[in-house]
Amino acid sequence: MTNAIDVSGLTKAYGDLRAVNGVSFSVPEGQVFAILGPNGAGKSTTVEILEGHRERDSGEVSVLGLDPATGGRAFRDRIGIVLQEAGVDKELTVRETLDLYSTAYTHRRSIAEVIELVELDEKLDTRISRLSGGQQRRVDLALGLIGTPELIFLDEPTTGFDPAARRRSWELIQGLAAGGTTVVLTTHYLEEAEHLADNIIVMAGGKVVAEGTPESLRQNASTESVIRFGLPQVDARVEELFEPLHGKAQGRDRRIEITTTKPTADLAHITGWAVARGIELDGLIVESLTLEDVYLRLVGEDA
Amino acid sequence: MSRDLGILWRSIRAESRIFWRSPVGAFFTLGLPLIMLVLFVALFGNDSIGHPEYGDITTAQFYAPGLGVFAAASATYTNIAINLSMRRDDGILKRVRGTPIPPWVFLGGVILSAVWVALVATIVMLGLGVAAYGVELELDKVPAMIVSFVVGTICFATLGVALTGVAKTAAAAPAIANATILPMGFISDVFIPLDDPPSWLTWAGNVLPLKPFAVSFTDAMSPFTATPGFQWGRIAILLAWTAVGGFVAWKTFRWEPVPGAPKGRRRRNRSAVV
Ligand SMILES: Nc1ncnc2c1ncn2[C@@H]1O[C@H](COP(=O)(O)OP(=O)(O)O)[C@@H](O)[C@H]1O
Ligand SMILES: [Mg+2]
Repeated sequence: MTNAIDVSGLTKAYGDLRAVNGVSFSVPEGQVFAILGPNGAGKSTTVEILEGHRERDSGEVSVLGLDPATGGRAFRDRIGIVLQEAGVDKELTVRETLDLYSTAYTHRRSIAEVIELVELDEKLDTRISRLSGGQQRRVDLALGLIGTPELIFLDEPTTGFDPAARRRSWELIQGLAAGGTTVVLTTHYLEEAEHLADNIIVMAGGKVVAEGTPESLRQNASTESVIRFGLPQVDARVEELFEPLHGKAQGRDRRIEITTTKPTADLAHITGWAVARGIELDGLIVESLTLEDVYLRLVGEDA
Repeated sequence: MSRDLGILWRSIRAESRIFWRSPVGAFFTLGLPLIMLVLFVALFGNDSIGHPEYGDITTAQFYAPGLGVFAAASATYTNIAINLSMRRDDGILKRVRGTPIPPWVFLGGVILSAVWVALVATIVMLGLGVAAYGVELELDKVPAMIVSFVVGTICFATLGVALTGVAKTAAAAPAIANATILPMGFISDVFIPLDDPPSWLTWAGNVLPLKPFAVSFTDAMSPFTATPGFQWGRIAILLAWTAVGGFVAWKTFRWEPVPGAPKGRRRRNRSAVV
């Protein structure tokens, strides 16, 4: 299988800010690839370099075998772009807009086909100014699809959607993938990446902090568990509680949280310690780490 | 190439629709110059100059083409600078740049649709002159009018694209456009011809682009100029300005908004003058 995208050592700075700082990844043809990360992680900068919208400072980039910085028209004929924020002339109707842009592509889809894909049939002759935000987002999507792209970039395609609209977009993206289109999407919804992607990279602060399939990320997650409890005011020496633990303890306001790969042993030690001293631990629970816990930890938002 | 012409045609059509569906812009471009014609005639009169050789000539014979040129310049220069920079701030140009539409086709559509709007504005102006104020056209000099009009509007449209490149955001564009076109209007014989202006003003008018456009067009309607009425010197100045505008546009034009430029001001907020 060849790769639709190969990126290695990509960097981009805005002044002193290193927005993308040594990012490498590959996207095999036909895959759905998610770049997951919080606002400011560098997702848009990365995809806009791949789209040819921004210039990189350094690094190797190959998209559909071309360098997006120099690929020009032939390159843009083969990709679809849905920007995070892009304007559209609001005075035109949906049909006029699709008609205008479709002429530019070699492999254009019919307006009827695109409009059905994005479910805007009834709005075809409505001016874009009269569409809701979600409907305008679907026009963006329609414009990304109108040239039957081999590869489509979706920068936060469902941000701000209600759950039902998000589900429908997911079905659409899965349909595209089933038809052989390579999809690169950015999102800050873990759920979305997990649901759609064959492969995920997690970005934070301009770097890739984790990567893998949703399953492998989940497996890494489930090797760790958390033990949580409240420690009442006691005279006992707490060093005896914490020192023998396998896992790592964190505490604040007497709420203790222990992240461990050996939950059984650690729990036995904790309860043994407490019972021996006649202490009752408030709200004692053991949970396996969810993918979400891992994600929040990775991106440093688990305060 | 034939695909490009197809895109160009659709693009011109789309640009024109966008223009005519924005009532404020259409009013400023078409309506305001007409109001000025009515006012000029009301204020300064539409006296017939009995001329031994040419018969009756009205002053509107000079106001109408002058204001027609002014309408054409604002339909191209001012409108392009304002609308294109606004569409850049809104991210529309960025979207276009991500498609296979060639830049020259997109900008060609912008320029040609503005020329089309200018044509409508000028025809309406002359139409009012002919219908209400006794303005007359000489068929022999119509080719000279057409040459002046085509070269003049393409020149001002190109300058409008150049100004879009120079203006950082859409907030700056109307200010620069008005601050350049209005003073030029007063020294370019588009409103009322000046009596005895200081020579440096005459000189400035002659080398700036508006007066060559206005004079070459107005003279082609003046009974005092000889047939066929071409003014190649003035046309050459317009072509030189077109080249300057093209060069500045080529060097400065950006498709991306500057980071943080305010978006969504889709309704025109131009100053009270054209
Ligand atoms: N054109 C720009 N000029 C200056 N800073 C920018 C620009 N674009 C993005 N940034 C900054 O770079 C960082 C990464 O931004 P971005 O790539 O948009 O991240 P994301 O899409 O993950 O939210 C942010 O801190 C953002 O403020
Ligand atoms: Mg982003």
